[in-house]
Amino acid sequence: MIDIFWLIPLVPALSTLILAVFGEKLPKKYISFQACGAVFISFLISLYSFLGLLKVSPEEYPIVKNLFTWIHSGNFQANLSFQFDPLTAVMALVVTAVGFLIHVYSIGYMAEDRSYSRFFTLMNLFTFSMLVLVMASNLVLMFVGWEGVGFCSYMLIGFWFEKHSAANAGKKAFIVNRIGDAGFLIGMLFILVYVGSTEFSNINNAVAGGSLSHGLVTLIAILLFVGATGKSAQIPLYVWLPDAMEGPTPVSALIHAATMVTAGVYMVARMNIFYTTSETAGSVVAIIGAVTAVYAGTMALTQNDIKRVLAYSTISQIGYMFIGCGVGAYAAGIFHLYTHAFFKSLLFLAAGSVMHALSGELDMRKMGGLKKYLPYTYPTFLIGAIAIAGVPFLSGFFSKDAILTSAFAQGQYFVWILGILGAVLTAFYMFRLIFLTFHGKERIEPEVKKHIHESPPVMTVPLAVLAFFSVIAGYIGLPVVLGKNVNWFDRFLAPIMHKGHEAHLTIGTEWLLILISVIVALTGIFIAYFFYLKKPSVPHTLVRRFPFLYRLLYNKYYIDEAYDYLFVRPTLKGSEFVYDKFDINIIDGAVNGAASGTGFFGKVLSFLQTGFIKDYALVFLLGAVILLGLLIF
Amino acid sequence: MIPIYYFLILSAVLFVMGTVGFLIKKDLITQFMCVEVMLNAANVAFIAFARSASSLNGQIIVFFIITVAAAEAAVGLAIILLVYRQKKSIKTEDSSLMKG
Repeated sequence: MIDIFWLIPLVPALSTLILAVFGEKLPKKYISFQACGAVFISFLISLYSFLGLLKVSPEEYPIVKNLFTWIHSGNFQANLSFQFDPLTAVMALVVTAVGFLIHVYSIGYMAEDRSYSRFFTLMNLFTFSMLVLVMASNLVLMFVGWEGVGFCSYMLIGFWFEKHSAANAGKKAFIVNRIGDAGFLIGMLFILVYVGSTEFSNINNAVAGGSLSHGLVTLIAILLFVGATGKSAQIPLYVWLPDAMEGPTPVSALIHAATMVTAGVYMVARMNIFYTTSETAGSVVAIIGAVTAVYAGTMALTQNDIKRVLAYSTISQIGYMFIGCGVGAYAAGIFHLYTHAFFKSLLFLAAGSVMHALSGELDMRKMGGLKKYLPYTYPTFLIGAIAIAGVPFLSGFFSKDAILTSAFAQGQYFVWILGILGAVLTAFYMFRLIFLTFHGKERIEPEVKKHIHESPPVMTVPLAVLAFFSVIAGYIGLPVVLGKNVNWFDRFLAPIMHKGHEAHLTIGTEWLLILISVIVALTGIFIAYFFYLKKPSVPHTLVRRFPFLYRLLYNKYYIDEAYDYLFVRPTLKGSEFVYDKFDINIIDGAVNGAASGTGFFGKVLSFLQTGFIKDYALVFLLGAVILLGLLIF
Repeated sequence: MIPIYYFLILSAVLFVMGTVGFLIKKDLITQFMCVEVMLNAANVAFIAFARSASSLNGQIIVFFIITVAAAEAAVGLAIILLVYRQKKSIKTEDSSLMKG
């Protein structure tokens, strides 16, 4: 019953084709129905295949379906082939389930947009690309999906391209991603040269069999991780994600929170043998992840744009996933990816609902006291915030705790401390967001206040469903303190994850770590409560006391400016110089020179043409005499 | 029998007359006639050689030359007539469209 899994990506592909060709002529109702229906069918097939997978014994992983040979050139062969194993199953379910809810939500959110069909075409295309990415059975096909989601991301960030900032944000995302892709591509070529195949099973066998030297494994692992930092917005390539918030909110939820940005995590988990084999590479991943988690968290502290806070929080949370992958707890990393997909898309969609209510207002300074106006959005938003903050019994707690416990167990104390620090920041900025938006006194502009309204059911129902999953999603991965075999998620993924050296903590230590996580989360929430509800003057005092620190954070460490000076401007200057000097003078000079040279010689030679028959006859005679002379002598 | 070089001298003289005439005369009809003279100079030489070598080949070629000359006369005169209609003159220096 599992062998229909290869249909999962093809249903959205078909829908994309239909919408791309006929979309403009179809009625909105039908477009919504088809776009959502396609993703829903994909979801059902994923679910069906997943249930089938449970019956398959782990020795048979992964199940591969080879559709046809795509490229065959010399020794190199790439197939259009999909595979299904626990990791793919989790990803496919997340992509289609969250994707479906966001598609439904978009019906309401985009209802007034005049490019309705373009939006849904791109959303379906994105779903298709993402499914190709997670289901590909070789690196080449995965790269196709990888680029496909990058392209959709570009198109959807710049969806309102009349807006200059949106068009620029799209370009920025695309170019920054391209830098990461270069690393990925080089890593892939190394694998191609030294392994001779890009099929995951062959790569795994080659690395496990030790046919690659240790240095080479590290090099490839780092190069692939460069690709991951681009796609998953980690230091130093995270700069595109906050700007990507220029896109419509459902896009931010689907692409820039729940699915595409986690592609890097998926890739690292898929290539886990590299990061298990090379501890250096694993540590690099963990440290980059940990530093990003804290660094992005600090930037989220001072932002006033509701979506940007969520964007930085996404960067920070993906940092956690990389901590998990870096310390060898791939299942924990993927577990966090899975829970994060629910609560982060919930937060984004709820933020979208707030924007919807306030006629597009994004600035939290112009909100406040919205609790009573938005009776459905508020509780769901609150659930998302509690889940992400790591309060016990909600999904975010289990996954974050699994990651931090693994980091501690592996002796990566530095990473663990950063993780704990990040957790305080997360709890703080999420509740700052809640308090500024929904509590306190109203700072809404009077004009906006007249139109304030709760969103239609087509938007609030997906919120409720996501909130439900944000609460319960964690219960498939309970911590080990509650029993030896309660972490079903870990066991499900275990057959395809390559274990490094195992490290066990005593039950007491485990409980202590959990206690620390809980205290940390509650502390963050309490500080936020104290700062923004109890004594709203405190933040202002702090700003006045540490103006330098505030400005540094508010301006995001001036990284955008630094990149601008270091990379963007020199490139532009260089291009201008080359255009001015080389292009105009040398390239154009050569072309124009050839033309004018020909003209000049023509002019010189044309003096020979007098037009008088006598002259021609004379030359003719001369020629005849010379020929005759040559013949005779 | 008259020695062959008499004929050859006659032929050479006729040919040079034709060439010089073609080069120095300025109107098309005269130049055209000069060309005819040159052709006939060639005819004389051919006939003389054919006679002295007792071969018919030279005489056959002469027939061809006469035919070509007749055709040339027809076409040439037509061209000259058209040039005159266009330019109201058959002086060569009046038609110098090929000047670069």
